[in-house]
Amino acid sequence: MARMNTAHAVDFAPAGLESVETVEVTADLLIIGGGNAGCFVAVEAAKLQPGITTVILEKADIRRSGACSAGMDAINTYIPKGKTPEDLVRWSRAQVGGGPLREDLALSNAYELNECVDDLERWGLPILRDEEGNASYRGKWDISIHGEQLKPIMAEKALESGADVYNRVVATGLLMHDGHCAGAMGFGVRDGKFYVFRAKATVISTGGAGTLYKSYTADSTDSGAQIWMCPYCVGSGYAMGFRQGAELTSLEQRWVATRSKDFCGPIDTISVGYKSAIINAKGEHVMDRYKHLGGDAAPRYIRANAPMEEWLAGRGPCYCDTTRLSPEKAHDLLVDYLNERPSFVLFLASRGQDVTKEPIEIYGSDPYIVGGHTGSGFWVTMERMTTIPGLFAAGETAGGNPNKFVGGCAAEGKLAARGALAWMKTRSLAPLDAAQIAAEKARVYAPILRRGQDGIQPVAMKERLQRLMDEYAGGTSQYYRTNEERLDYALRHIKMLQSQFAYLTADSLHMLMEAHETMDRVDVAEAVVHHLKARKETRWAGWQTRMDYPERDDVHFDCFIESRRDPETGTITTFTRPYEQLISGDRQKA
Amino acid sequence: MPPIIDPNKCNGCAGRNETFCEEICPGDLMALDATTGKAFLRSARDCWDCMSCVKACPRNALETRIPYQLGYYKASLRPIVGRNTITWKCKDIYGKETTFKFANRIA
Repeated sequence: MARMNTAHAVDFAPAGLESVETVEVTADLLIIGGGNAGCFVAVEAAKLQPGITTVILEKADIRRSGACSAGMDAINTYIPKGKTPEDLVRWSRAQVGGGPLREDLALSNAYELNECVDDLERWGLPILRDEEGNASYRGKWDISIHGEQLKPIMAEKALESGADVYNRVVATGLLMHDGHCAGAMGFGVRDGKFYVFRAKATVISTGGAGTLYKSYTADSTDSGAQIWMCPYCVGSGYAMGFRQGAELTSLEQRWVATRSKDFCGPIDTISVGYKSAIINAKGEHVMDRYKHLGGDAAPRYIRANAPMEEWLAGRGPCYCDTTRLSPEKAHDLLVDYLNERPSFVLFLASRGQDVTKEPIEIYGSDPYIVGGHTGSGFWVTMERMTTIPGLFAAGETAGGNPNKFVGGCAAEGKLAARGALAWMKTRSLAPLDAAQIAAEKARVYAPILRRGQDGIQPVAMKERLQRLMDEYAGGTSQYYRTNEERLDYALRHIKMLQSQFAYLTADSLHMLMEAHETMDRVDVAEAVVHHLKARKETRWAGWQTRMDYPERDDVHFDCFIESRRDPETGTITTFTRPYEQLISGDRQKA
Repeated sequence: MPPIIDPNKCNGCAGRNETFCEEICPGDLMALDATTGKAFLRSARDCWDCMSCVKACPRNALETRIPYQLGYYKASLRPIVGRNTITWKCKDIYGKETTFKFANRIA
C-alpha cells in the first residue's frame, strides 16, 4: 500500500514555467479518479494480475472523494432471488422510457452486479437483512444499507491492492501517442508540481458533471453548492476525453430527480420505499395523473417532472407525504438520511420540522450529466474502451448504460479493469512527447502566471456558465424546457467563454484547480447543448424537454445521439447510432 | 457558512503535515491559517455539507451549520464516531434533542 504523502498547500508563486518542477510517474495501469468505480478497477486489476503497478490519480482524498463521499443509504440495484440479470435490464430500459440504451453493456454489468455488492459486505459494509438473512428490499431492486463508511471501505481495499495513490493531484489532460491514450497530465493542488503519468492503459473514472447548471438555491451567498450530485465532480473526465476526440453519447439524457426542496436530499427512493406518496398543495396524489405510465412506479423522469408540472399548473408546492409514517418508520427514514446526506437531517432540524407532522417539501433538482444514472458518457466497447484506443471508462463516465448506481459502477470498474489488462498485454509504454507535455504545462499554469493581473476569477466564469445553462439550456428556472433558439444562444455564449479562457487568473493552487474545473465545465456544457439541439423531439420530458418539438418522434429519434469534437479545430459534430433491442419484451414495461 | 470552527478547540492538528479536515475535504476547502495556527474554510459557498471534516476532527472543533438562507437559527448535528458505530446528536431550533446510533461497519 502506498498513499503518497500530502501536506499543507505550498505558497506557489512561480516566476515562470521553467521554475515549476515536473514529476514523471510510470505504471502499467493508470486510474484517473479514485471513486466508487476507480477503487473497484484497482482491486480487480491486482486480483487478476498480482504485481501489476497501478497508479490512482485523485484530486481529493480517496477516503472521501466523489459521489459517495457523504455516504450512501441504499444499493439501488441488487438482483433478488427469482429475478435474472435480463429482468434488471428490462427494468432499466423501462425506467428510461424504453431506451435507447446499450442492452449489451447493461446485461454484462448485471451479471457482475451481485458479486460486487457481496464484495462490499465482505469488506465490512452493513447490509440490512431480515430474520431469514435476506437483504431488506425497499422497492423492487433496491436494498437498504448503513453506508456512512461506504467510501472509506472501498478506499481501504484500493490501498490494500497495492496501488500507488496520488491524492490532491488534479488531472487536466490526456497524454496521447499515435491516436491512442498513453497516460495523463495534471498538477498537484498542494505541491504545485506538474505531473506526467505514463501508463500502458488508462481508465477514466472521474464521476459525472454536477455544477454545469445553476442550482435554484445558489443565492450568490453561502449556498452555491447545495446540489444533490457531489459538486466536486465537474465533468473533467468527459472534458479530457472529448478534447482529444473521444465520442460522447446521450448527453441530452440529463439526470433530473425529485429532491427535497431548498436542500437537495434524496426523495424518490424514500417516497417509494417508505410508501410516502407525492402530493400537491391540494393534497391530491400527483402520480394518480400518471397511472397509465405506472403511477408511483412510473419511470424516473416522469416522477421527476411531475411535481414541476404541478407547480406550473398552480397546484404547488408539492410534498412527499411522510405524515402517515409511524414514529419508528420516521426514525428509520432519518437514519437513512444520516447514512447518505447527514446534513439533510440538520436541515430539517433547522426548519424545526417533525416529518410525521409536516410533510417534506419537494422540487426538481438542477440537471446533471451522470452516466451512472442516465445514459450520458463515453461511447464504449464491451471492454469499456472509449473510441480512443487505450482509454477505458467506468462508472459515471461510461455512457449508454443508465441505472448503474453504486453496484453497477462497481461492476463496471471490474469490467473496465479486465478490458484494460487485456489491452496492455500487447502494449509497452509510449515514448514521451516533449512538445505535447510542454504545451499542456503552459496551458495548466497560465492562470497562475497571470496572478495579480486584471482578468476573470474562475468563480465568476463558473457562475456565468451556470446561469446561461439554467436559462437557455433547460435548467430548473425554465422547468427544464428549451428550444432551438435558446440553445443557439447558449452556444454563442459558450464560444465567448471559451475565447476568454485566456483571461482566467488564479492567486493560489486552489484557484488554479477552480480555473481548470471551470474550463472543463464549459467544454462539457458545449457538448450537452449540441446533444440537446440534435434531439429534435421530446423523449424524456424533464430530463429532455424541447418546447419546439413537444412530441416523441420514433421515426427519427429512436436512436443514440453522439458527438465528437475535432481535436485540431475544436469543431463539434453530432450524429446518430442505432438502438439494438437484445432483451425481449415490451420496452416500456418491466 | 458551513462548517464553523471553534478556535478554542481547534489546535491546527499541531505536528501534522496537514490538518485532518484539510486532509479529508473532498472540495479542498479546508486549510491552515499559518498566522493563527487554526483551520479555516476557504469558501463557504463551495461547501457541500458532506460533513467529512466534522467526522474527521479529533477535537470536535468543527460544526456544520445550514446556511441561513436555507434554514433557521440554530440547529446542530454532531457525529460521535465509534469503532464500528456512529452516534448522531441532533438539536432542532426549538431545542428538541434526538439521538441516533447505528452500526456503520460490520464488527
